[in-house]
Amino acid sequence: MEKNNLKAWLYLLPAILFLGVFMVYPLIDVFVYSFEEGYNSASQTYFGVGTYNYSYVLHDPYFLQALKNTFILVIITVPVSTGLALLISVGLNSIKPLKELYQTVYFLPYVTNTLAVGLVFMILFKKTPYSEGLVNLLINFFGGESVDFIEGPYWAKMFVLCFYTVWVVLPFKILILTSALASVNETYYNAAKVDGTSKGRIFTRITLPMISPTVFYLIITGFIGAFKAYSDAVALFGTDLNAAEMNTIVGYVYDMLYGNSGGYPSYASAAAIILFAIVLTITCINLLISKKHVHYS
Amino acid sequence: MKVVLQNLTKKFPSRSKTNKQDVIAVNDFTFEIPDGQLIGLLGPSGCGKSTTLNLLSGLQKPTSGRIFFGDDDVTDLPAENRGVGLVFQNYALYPHLTVRQNITFPLENLKGKDKLTKQQMQEKAYEAAKLVQIEELMDRKPSELSGGQQQRVAIARALVKMPRVLLLDEPLSNLDARLRLQTREELRRIQQKTKITTVFVTHDQEEAMSISDMIVVMKDGVIQQIGKPQDVYDDPINLFVAKFLGTPPINVFEGRVENEKLYIGNEAVLSAPGVKNCEVYIGVRPEGFVLNENGKLTTKLDRVEVMGRDISVISYHGNAQAAVRSIIGSENRFSVGGGDVKFDLKPFKVDIFDKATEKRIHCELALR
Repeated sequence: MEKNNLKAWLYLLPAILFLGVFMVYPLIDVFVYSFEEGYNSASQTYFGVGTYNYSYVLHDPYFLQALKNTFILVIITVPVSTGLALLISVGLNSIKPLKELYQTVYFLPYVTNTLAVGLVFMILFKKTPYSEGLVNLLINFFGGESVDFIEGPYWAKMFVLCFYTVWVVLPFKILILTSALASVNETYYNAAKVDGTSKGRIFTRITLPMISPTVFYLIITGFIGAFKAYSDAVALFGTDLNAAEMNTIVGYVYDMLYGNSGGYPSYASAAAIILFAIVLTITCINLLISKKHVHYS
Repeated sequence: MKVVLQNLTKKFPSRSKTNKQDVIAVNDFTFEIPDGQLIGLLGPSGCGKSTTLNLLSGLQKPTSGRIFFGDDDVTDLPAENRGVGLVFQNYALYPHLTVRQNITFPLENLKGKDKLTKQQMQEKAYEAAKLVQIEELMDRKPSELSGGQQQRVAIARALVKMPRVLLLDEPLSNLDARLRLQTREELRRIQQKTKITTVFVTHDQEEAMSISDMIVVMKDGVIQQIGKPQDVYDDPINLFVAKFLGTPPINVFEGRVENEKLYIGNEAVLSAPGVKNCEVYIGVRPEGFVLNENGKLTTKLDRVEVMGRDISVISYHGNAQAAVRSIIGSENRFSVGGGDVKFDLKPFKVDIFDKATEKRIHCELALR
């Protein structure tokens, strides 16, 4: 028994070593930094230990803006993208002809480069002296007034960011959901059909519970992914996100480390720890809710 | 509810590139199931029995022909409006619902004037559960039940809405041998209590024979014979039916009729009055052999299997298609030795079939 334990630890050693060095140690380190006031990475010195970094970050209007943006992004894009993905995959699952073609089409955004997609969105939404952008042309066509989606009002920019995020995360969710739907045993549907179950009830009482572990997985990873959003905003609004009022928490952390106002690893650490706490809380809440609604077979 | 199938045919388009011919799963079925009977659809795999069940349930549409429940033509009715209860081979219990929720599921689908209150649903579910004796398991999940219990839940779910017709697709195939025996009695009891016309599909002839009022033997989508189990067993219409029914299976010899005598090899075993000279297959049920030192059929002994209740004598004969298995009562003390074993045949346990058509030749076989 003893010997076996030793062996087991030996086998685990490489993984533990790597995880320890590259994940656990940095995590603890960030945690420590976040309490060291006025830390200077060049001289490796700091003034004292305390919660000033947190108080600074929490009173920084840029951080509060980033926090707000991130929350709006999460609250809108996770339900919308998951719902849409569910709708599309159920649709894909129930059509026979051209199914593969549609699946490919829906999966294309996944293999496309984020920045290239950002460029396409610029063409769609950006107003330049030469062109109104495709979306504005459409709005004009229906009698609306042009809106500058990239440099205009806050809600317009937020709309583009959400739209973009949903569009980018959709393919992966559709892929996962279609395979989950395909794995539901056909006889359940036949049994329900023989018992006179309506289509809507089949979906809510059979399909959804059957694929609930997958949906739950997508919601959790969706939440975490949306909280960590950064590159999408950069692709649309450039690197100076604070000026565009479109910064996210990760963007704020980056700015604090390397941005124009960079060189504040302590503030960055505090912001990162706050993000970590938020994600942890949300994930725990998700897990609690899932106990009731997710059915593992 | 009487069920009538009229010229029912189901064709599936061919998938093979070289052979474009449609696959005919069910070929021109016509028969009538009297009200309140238990019918066994019996045949080897691929004979179209499951397809027939799917046509009855409405999950598949027939290519041609009509289906009537009583006087209603239900051919074009979708499955949900037919009022059938269907028990699937793997039971198809919803794993995320409790037994109670599984049983009430069909009731919750009722709309309009049939709509039930929660109270009524619970009562009906309890009644159905009681019928199959699972009322203590109502709050469990299907994964917490044994195979036999799951099967009962599936039956309760099919019965709870008082279907016009109950359909069972290989209901016992997932159970172990002992449970299968027990459950098939159960099935019979439930069917007789509810008096619901029931059709069940099986490839196990013993199962079909033991509980059915009537069996339908099928082969390649064509009905071979319909009748009471014992009648079909005693009076098979062709060699296929004779071979398919009975365990151990019937022994088949190649033989001929000459001068109204039935010959296996050179031995005239029985007389066949009124039969013209022809080549025949001779089917002898294992219980149709009588040990007799001066018997007319001589076989080479291979071995003896003692089963307690009776003895199986396995021997060889040049004209037999396989080893000859005969079952004789255990009161015959059989000393195992080599050499020849001689039998007489019981005439009513012997059937003869035309060699070309494999159809039964009806005649009064006699010992002399």
